[in-house]
Amino acid sequence: MLLNQFLILSAVLFGCGIYGVLTRKHTVLVLMSVELMLAAVNINLVAFGAYNGNVAGQVFALFVLTIAAAEVGVGLAIVLLIYRNLRSADLDDVDVMKG
Amino acid sequence: MEWSEWALTLAVFLPAVGAVIVMLIPRAQEELIKWVTLLTTVATLGIVLAILFDFDYDRTHDLQFAINNDWIDVINSRYHLGVDGISLPLLALSAFITLLCVIYSWNHFPEPHNPKAFLALMLILEVGMNGTFVAQDLILFFVFFEIVLLPMFFMIGVWGGPNRQYASIKFFLFTLFGSAIMLLGFLALYFQVDAPGGSTFDMVRLTEAAGAGMTHNVQLLVFGALFLGFAIKVPMFPFHTWLPDAHTEAPTVGSVLLAAILLKLGTYGFIRIAMPILPDAAKSWAPWIGLLAVIGIIYGALGCLAQTDMKRLIAFSSVAHMGFVMLAIASLTDAGFNAAVFGMVAHGLITGMLFFLAGSVQHNFDTRELSRLGGLLTQAPKMGWILGFCAMASLGLPGLAGFWGEFPALFSVFDPGMGMSEAVFRTFMVIGAVGTVLAAGYLLWMLQKVAFGTPKPEFAHAHIHDVNAFEWTAWLPILLLIVALGIYPNMLFRVTDGAATNIINGMSQAIGG
Amino acid sequence: MGFMENAWLVPLIPAVSFVLILLFGKRMPKQGSELGILAVGSSFVLSVGAAIGWINRVNDAESAEGEHALGMVFRAMGRSVGRFSQEEGHAVLPVEPITRSITWLQSGGIKLSAGIQIDGLAVMMMFVVTLISLLVHIYSTEYMRGDRRYTHFFATLSLFTASMLLLVVSDNTLQLLVGWELVGLCSFILIGHWWEDKPNSDAAVKAFLTTRTGDIGLLCGVIMTFFVVQAGTGEGSFNIVALNDSAANAGELGVSHTLLLWTAVGLLAGIIGKSGQFPLHTWLPDAMAGPTPVSALIHAATMVVAGVYLGARVFPVFYEGFSIADGGVNPMALVGGITVIIGALLAFVQDDIKKVLAYSTVSQLGYMVLALGVGAWVAAIFHLFTHAFFKANLFLGAGSVSHSGSHHSFDMKKDMGGLRKYMPQTFWTFMIGTAALAGIPPLAGFWSKDEILVNAGENDFQVFLIVGMVGALLTAAYMTRCIYYTFFGEYRGGDHAHADGAGDELVEHHLAEVQDEHAHAPVAVATHDAHDDHAHAGPHESNWLITGPLWVLSAFSLGIGLLNAPGIEKFTEWFEPRFAFPDLPHAEFSVAWASAAVVTGLIGIGLSYAYYWRGLGPQRLSERNSLARAGKTFLVNKYYLDYLYENVIVAFIKGPLANAAYWFNQHVIDNVLNYTGRGAMTAGHVVYDYIDQKGVDGVVNGIGISTDEAGSAVREIQTGRLQFYAFMLVLALGVFALALWIAA
Repeated sequence: MLLNQFLILSAVLFGCGIYGVLTRKHTVLVLMSVELMLAAVNINLVAFGAYNGNVAGQVFALFVLTIAAAEVGVGLAIVLLIYRNLRSADLDDVDVMKG
Repeated sequence: MEWSEWALTLAVFLPAVGAVIVMLIPRAQEELIKWVTLLTTVATLGIVLAILFDFDYDRTHDLQFAINNDWIDVINSRYHLGVDGISLPLLALSAFITLLCVIYSWNHFPEPHNPKAFLALMLILEVGMNGTFVAQDLILFFVFFEIVLLPMFFMIGVWGGPNRQYASIKFFLFTLFGSAIMLLGFLALYFQVDAPGGSTFDMVRLTEAAGAGMTHNVQLLVFGALFLGFAIKVPMFPFHTWLPDAHTEAPTVGSVLLAAILLKLGTYGFIRIAMPILPDAAKSWAPWIGLLAVIGIIYGALGCLAQTDMKRLIAFSSVAHMGFVMLAIASLTDAGFNAAVFGMVAHGLITGMLFFLAGSVQHNFDTRELSRLGGLLTQAPKMGWILGFCAMASLGLPGLAGFWGEFPALFSVFDPGMGMSEAVFRTFMVIGAVGTVLAAGYLLWMLQKVAFGTPKPEFAHAHIHDVNAFEWTAWLPILLLIVALGIYPNMLFRVTDGAATNIINGMSQAIGG
Repeated sequence: MGFMENAWLVPLIPAVSFVLILLFGKRMPKQGSELGILAVGSSFVLSVGAAIGWINRVNDAESAEGEHALGMVFRAMGRSVGRFSQEEGHAVLPVEPITRSITWLQSGGIKLSAGIQIDGLAVMMMFVVTLISLLVHIYSTEYMRGDRRYTHFFATLSLFTASMLLLVVSDNTLQLLVGWELVGLCSFILIGHWWEDKPNSDAAVKAFLTTRTGDIGLLCGVIMTFFVVQAGTGEGSFNIVALNDSAANAGELGVSHTLLLWTAVGLLAGIIGKSGQFPLHTWLPDAMAGPTPVSALIHAATMVVAGVYLGARVFPVFYEGFSIADGGVNPMALVGGITVIIGALLAFVQDDIKKVLAYSTVSQLGYMVLALGVGAWVAAIFHLFTHAFFKANLFLGAGSVSHSGSHHSFDMKKDMGGLRKYMPQTFWTFMIGTAALAGIPPLAGFWSKDEILVNAGENDFQVFLIVGMVGALLTAAYMTRCIYYTFFGEYRGGDHAHADGAGDELVEHHLAEVQDEHAHAPVAVATHDAHDDHAHAGPHESNWLITGPLWVLSAFSLGIGLLNAPGIEKFTEWFEPRFAFPDLPHAEFSVAWASAAVVTGLIGIGLSYAYYWRGLGPQRLSERNSLARAGKTFLVNKYYLDYLYENVIVAFIKGPLANAAYWFNQHVIDNVLNYTGRGAMTAGHVVYDYIDQKGVDGVVNGIGISTDEAGSAVREIQTGRLQFYAFMLVLALGVFALALWIAA
């Protein structure tokens, strides 16, 4: 069965996503890295679904795609606002939550 | 429903209604707000007076005007109110002092002004105070006990002096800490006491059970929890440090209410809850309470001697005076409980009055530093004489109310109840008597600095107002009561006596059996 | 007879007058003084009525003999507690006091009553208090004329009279305590009458605090009286008759001696404070800061004898507690004895005429306490009675001198002298008072002092007999000195005294012309310039409002002693308690002792006379010699007299002792008080600063601060950087995964 290969691919993708989220300074890039992580999740869902002969996995993947699209929409809007307010899209400049 | 059933409910919640109305009135209509508040407090006092009038003084040990309805069924907590001879004077004192505070505030609102919020808070405060004195269910008691905290917190925190935030938070945390532990004690009572008819929060039934079903050690522990809650409120040494700060920073009316009523919630709790419900533990704890009380008497007096601020001095004197009240309670005799209630009322009137005076002195001179004051008798002779009068009352001059709190307290301690050690308590008596001299010392010292001599150059040409009409209206009733109670103390003793005897009899039966 | 049953009116009338004067006094034509005089006058009439009623009652009992006497039963207890003794074959019949009471308060099954107990002692005191108060009222209308607080003065006098009478008629110790504290309050107010000046308010506070110190004992003692009665009768009470009964029959009733002893000690402490006994006498001379009529009424005739009155009232407690019947030495006699000598010696070193009289009062109060301590009840009370008249006479005389003769100064050396010529009436009345005080027969003081001495000897207290004799000698001498400075020699007053600021403390501050009631400006403390109208008129006799009371008092000082002269002895018959009282022996009048006492007094006068008038003895030796060489002979003591004349005092006896006593007084006793006060302050500061603010408060603050610190530390983690949070998230995930892997 090809499950392991799928899982490895997904893990690699997820790792790339985390790396991006943690290291990229530009907000848009971070957002894209999040998309990568979501994609990894989708691969996992579809792979497990196929492996178990169950369509639930595919259905969930569809949902995740939809939500991911919405999330990107919201995310980009936030990025836009941050940029408008701070004249920068660098995450290090956004520390309003500092205690 | 019968008048006797809703009278207490009315006395407790009428101020709440008043508070709601006040909150609904736009802030700009100050006059209307003042009048509504005044009317509410007058009506409340009227109801309390009607209760006083209708009260059957031949059976002061019975709960009268009782109402006992379902409230929170899940935990068997009931809406149980009632007054007996011990609650009654305190309820009256509360309604009385609140009204006078409203009158005094009329043109005296402390910064940042805002009468609407101030008066609404005062009315809510009255709900809590009145409720605490009539509640006969522990949970209900606790709720009222806590209701008191918030308005006072805001009064100090918003209308207080320069260091108000520190003081208000200290006050809040200290008392909240105590009441949290007290609540634990209440829960322990609920789960551990074998009351007739199952677990209950009902104070009357818990008193009947007298701690049945608890081992002595558990009783000691639970008493400790209650002790902490009440002792902080009293406040007893060494839990008193919130008091001087809170008093010093609080606005005048806040100080008056704090001294006159709030402190009494603690001592009332001892008499009503801690002692009768856990008599065995009370007997073991009493000598230690007595010890802390006499330490408080001496210590409070010494503290007073070190003060340079008039209001702080008065605040410290409360520690000493409440020491006498606690000493009387610790004697575990009916004479002692009577003395304690008398001491509470007398202290409420006298120290409340002293805080009024401190407020007016500050209003006039913009300072309370003893070293800067002087010659009040020349600039405002009436206020000076009233100060002298109150100082005399406070130091326990016979013929004025203070004496009948102090002397019977010492008297009761000579022959302590429940077979406690006479030698120990007689030592306490002598130390307490020494405390009366120290009290004379600091009060006369203050009087000399503030009232005698000639005004200091900085105020020599200041425009000093003597007592004005609002002040007279607020003060005269207190002054008259101080004299009346001093001349004919039986006015109060005959009310409390039956109830106190009842509690003590119950306790000695429980201990004997 | 109604006078006795309704004696509660006697204190009530002045009390009402107090309220009325406060409320309406300022609007009345005489500013309230007329109300006070009216009230005290009515009380006086009622008191006389009560006294006559009592005397009739005693006489009735005498004539009724046995039949009615044996029926006397103390109803409350259901048994007889009368005193039946055989003295000179004459049965002393019990005469019950008249009592009435109402419930004052009930507490824990205890009923406390307020009431009156009218018996010999009470009517005697009522008479003295109301009479002297009335005279002082009249005197004050002139003396205090124009005073800024004239109305307040009279209001307080009324309150004082009411409180003192309340104390006197009381039928229980608790009510007595109430009166006791109230008179203390009035004393406080009146000493501080001119409170603008710090020395006055200091003196007022000192007086109140010192007596309060004694009241620690009194409070405890009064509480214990309740338990004495409880032990004696089974039912506790503060009732004085029951107390006396329980104490007098302590053995029979099984009242423990320890309890009685402690009660007596406690009450004695109260007496020491109130009656200016050693070692708490220091407040009394300072109390002279008050107006002179107050000194006469409160600090000579009435309030200060409240202690002696208490001692007499509950005498059985002391009698049994201190085992006075056994003779020897007991605390009460000892305190009295020391006070007699200490007070008298100090009187020599005073320049201020009022202070001479004040120390003399201390000394005479010592006699009374001494008399109680040696079991001479009648003598003590008789001396109280006579002393009230002649000492009030002397004080008012001193006031008259300062009012009209010395520009409101009390300094004998600076501002008086030779006043005999200017103020003949004041002079003669003062002389009568002095003679009475010095014990010249047949004046009042002779009889009462002699009775104390002879009883002390008879009751096996020989030491105190000698002390009393020495005291008599000293008394005569210092009064002679006082007379010399005040009335003889050349007039030293005059304008030079006014330029001299050193005399300030001795000058009473009249605020006459200062009528600025609503003072926004500080009141100018008018002192020397007040009363300018007649201050420059030179010394002259006071008017009749002042001399009238002086003559009345002089008349009493002259004749009243005969009341208990041998063969008459009405005082004993009328006023000695005959109910619930121990059976006390009465010493016979002895010509030998009486002559000895008179001779002693005359020696004192003679020595003083020789010294001051004739200039005999080592005059001004101190200018040529030093204190160190003084001590060899009796003559050397005379030497000291001169030395102390320069420095302020001392006569022919024990100069060094007086000096030491004064030093002791000022440096030790006074300082103990001062240092106790300062110590308390320091302790207060230490407790407050270190324990309270740093210790107890520190713990509380510590909890708060540590929470705060912890918060600050943790706060560092909140960088606000999103990626840091994400990193933490992943890290946590990793740790979680690791844990799972290990667990698996």
